[in-house]
Amino acid sequence: MSDATAGNLSQAAAESRRTDAEQTGPMLAADGRPLKQSLNRALRAQKLRALALIAPLLLFLLVTFVAPIVDMLFRSVENQIVSETLPRTVMALEDWDETDLPSEDTYAALAYDFREAAERRRHTRLGSRLNYEQTGLSSIFRRSGRGIDDVGEVYADQFIALNAAWEEPATWVALMGDPDWIAAQAEWAATEDTEAREPSFRLATGIENVLPETADAYRSFARAIQAEARNPDSPVEEEPWNTVYLALYRDLAAAPASAITGYSGPEEALLREAADAVSGFETVNLRETFAEIEEGWVEMPVWGTIETFSDPYTAGYFLASVDLRLTPQGIEPVDENQRIYLLLFQRTIVLSLSIMGLCVILGYPIAFLLSNLPMRTSNLLLILVLLPFWTSLLVRTSAWKVLLQQQGVINDVLVWMGIVSDGARLALINNQLGTVIAMTHILLPFMILPLYSVMKTIPPSYVRAAKSLGATNWTAFWRVYFPQSVPGIGAGCILVFILSIGYYITPELVGGRTGIFISNRIAFHISDSLNWGLAAALGTILLVLVLVLYWLYDRIVGIDNVKLG
Amino acid sequence: MSSDTQDAFVAFDRVQKSYDGETLVVKDLNLRIGRGEFLTMLGPSGSGKTTCLMMLAGFETATHGEITLGGNPINNIPPHKRGIGMVFQNYALFPHMTVAENLSFPLEVRGMGKSEREGKVTRALDMVQMGDFGGRRPAQLSGGQQQRIALARALVFEPELVLMDEPLGALDKQLRETMQFEITNLAHRLGITVVYVTHDQTEALTMSDRVAVFDDGRIQQLDAPDVLYEQPQNSFVAQFIGENNTLEGTVAEITDDMCVVRLDDGELIDAVPVNVSGVGERTKVSIRPERVEMNKDRLAPDAHTLKAEVAEFIYMGDIYRTRLRVGGHDNFVVKTRNAPDQRRLKPGEQIEIGWRPQDCRALDA
Repeated sequence: MSDATAGNLSQAAAESRRTDAEQTGPMLAADGRPLKQSLNRALRAQKLRALALIAPLLLFLLVTFVAPIVDMLFRSVENQIVSETLPRTVMALEDWDETDLPSEDTYAALAYDFREAAERRRHTRLGSRLNYEQTGLSSIFRRSGRGIDDVGEVYADQFIALNAAWEEPATWVALMGDPDWIAAQAEWAATEDTEAREPSFRLATGIENVLPETADAYRSFARAIQAEARNPDSPVEEEPWNTVYLALYRDLAAAPASAITGYSGPEEALLREAADAVSGFETVNLRETFAEIEEGWVEMPVWGTIETFSDPYTAGYFLASVDLRLTPQGIEPVDENQRIYLLLFQRTIVLSLSIMGLCVILGYPIAFLLSNLPMRTSNLLLILVLLPFWTSLLVRTSAWKVLLQQQGVINDVLVWMGIVSDGARLALINNQLGTVIAMTHILLPFMILPLYSVMKTIPPSYVRAAKSLGATNWTAFWRVYFPQSVPGIGAGCILVFILSIGYYITPELVGGRTGIFISNRIAFHISDSLNWGLAAALGTILLVLVLVLYWLYDRIVGIDNVKLG
Repeated sequence: MSSDTQDAFVAFDRVQKSYDGETLVVKDLNLRIGRGEFLTMLGPSGSGKTTCLMMLAGFETATHGEITLGGNPINNIPPHKRGIGMVFQNYALFPHMTVAENLSFPLEVRGMGKSEREGKVTRALDMVQMGDFGGRRPAQLSGGQQQRIALARALVFEPELVLMDEPLGALDKQLRETMQFEITNLAHRLGITVVYVTHDQTEALTMSDRVAVFDDGRIQQLDAPDVLYEQPQNSFVAQFIGENNTLEGTVAEITDDMCVVRLDDGELIDAVPVNVSGVGERTKVSIRPERVEMNKDRLAPDAHTLKAEVAEFIYMGDIYRTRLRVGGHDNFVVKTRNAPDQRRLKPGEQIEIGWRPQDCRALDA
């Protein structure tokens, strides 16, 4: 380098020092933009690349993990089935005082709702749903599905006797149908296109004001038979349900004469004739009609349950998860002999804690040994620790069955050695002991691995230093080595506890009746009782429980103390 | 400070150590360390010096032989009962304790009361000028500060013997030099005995009363630093300590205090016979670079002179380092002070060099 360039350079350096010192405000990059902005610009491509790298996994997780969890959280409070299946009844029950059976109007609403639900085959589903809250409701609903056809038959017969035109579907279509719809329907019928569906039924304008209940009942009839999946019917070919005649009677009986005389439209003569005649009709009491179909309909608790669960969202599942139930009188504990969930939660936590404790006791010495052995030996032993991971969980659990059962290997050996008598073989499986033994074995690697990886990073010089400072072997271990291995214990405990609290297959296979976990109950509700709401509530509680424990752990131990390697 | 055989504070007596039962890492070690002495074990890695230190600390057991401390055999005494302070290579400060707790630890395990402990910890921290750092964690300290704390912790329980295993290895050069000075000062002020292991010869020479040079599981030479440097007893020590020029040849003639060596290119030079025994034996002649004179005017009258060719001339600030071709070797180094009259040589120049025969030592081949 020549002297001249050296001089220039040092001059330039002095210059830049001076500008640095003089500059105030935000730092500027060489092109005059704020330095922060330039930096962000420079890093943006990097950030985008990072985002692109994780995008597939993120998407996958959103679809397969986050969405189902949100759905589950929703299901645990969702209860729209009642208000969707019995909308009129739920409305009518809103001003029910719960002191006596509901009014005739409510029974009429129930008749309309139930007739449609029976046609659409929804009544049994609602029955099963409400059966979770009150046993017996399922059979009431199922049996009522058959009897509901006859409700209102008395009125149908009388209307038809009055004028045979009431039996004709065409009469009803002319009276109720929107002229546009009638035209569209006729056009559809003429095309003979089997693929296209019949246009959805529409009410004529104004008919709702004249015959409100009839219009509503007829529309629900028309839509329901049109919507039938396998062989949809058409309102132009079908005689209406008996409940439609019931509605017609109730409308005509309740309406002031002026409303009917003021009506002008299709079939007005027929309608006037009927309106004049209804006062002489034979009537029936709807409450008694329902009582004949099924005794339950005149029982207060049934109506109480329907009323209590008529809201679209309910805390009922969560209450059920903690052995409580929602009754018309408020929240009450369930019967003593039906309490199960609190016990299961408690058992799940206690057994998980014991499994965790056993894993620490069994795993710590092994991890300690592994981390202090020469690399070659420790690698070999580590493979032995990992060996269970290469075997199917089911196979391992089944192996425990072979070992632990009363006629199994362990009992046989004990009997052979004379330690236990043949008559007093130990019950090692199908109880809590079996669950603890099998799960400790299965989860042990999850304790050993984090412990090992933490212990490996503790240099032997710490213990040596402690000894050289005068500590005995035990003091050196307890005061110096152990505190440094705590992060490993923490990580292992969290792993084992969280895994075991949600464990399903092993308690199912070796737990018998007393050794099952809450997850087994969840599985039962998912696949056997089909009470998904309760399963979702139990799952949500489990999730919250884990999160709370996690939070507590963070408060007490500190989550940054957890090391997995 | 001398190592009197009678009242040696630490003594290794015919100690051997093997890890695998096949090779000896330490071969027949005999070493006596006097009370208050600062002894350094110096050697390349794998020479057995750290093993010796670990045997003394009690972390390794001698396969054969006896180690005594203050006259008592300690082979069967566990480390925590030996009362030896130790400073580790990476300090080994307990990361989960504060500095004060670290220092308090050895006192606690000795069952000392709280107030007494606090007094001692404060004094020890002041001793290493770290009085304000008691509440910090080791991770919050710089390397040099951690080093001081490790030193204070090894001294706080007032051991008579302190072992140091390459304690300055992780520090940068400047800090290392400061700490060298501080450690020796402290050791002499407290009158403790120090056994110090290092592979850095500068450290060994500047700090120690005596240096034991280890190689191949044996002590090659045990002497004060100046003796070690100026009178190496064999070619390993000559090569290992400081820079050294080696000329190979055979002994042509030998008298009591002088010998003549015929170099491989036929040149004859005078040398002090150190461990050559007879005529015709192969030998390596050792001359320190700074004892070679390139300026004819300064040559002593009895100096031996040789022809040489300049291969390289390196400016190093305080000195010049000149590489020469001499007697068939082209790696002959001469160091000269950067004096006003020293001419800068050019490669290829023919010059004459010389040295006093007593600076030239004929060692084992």
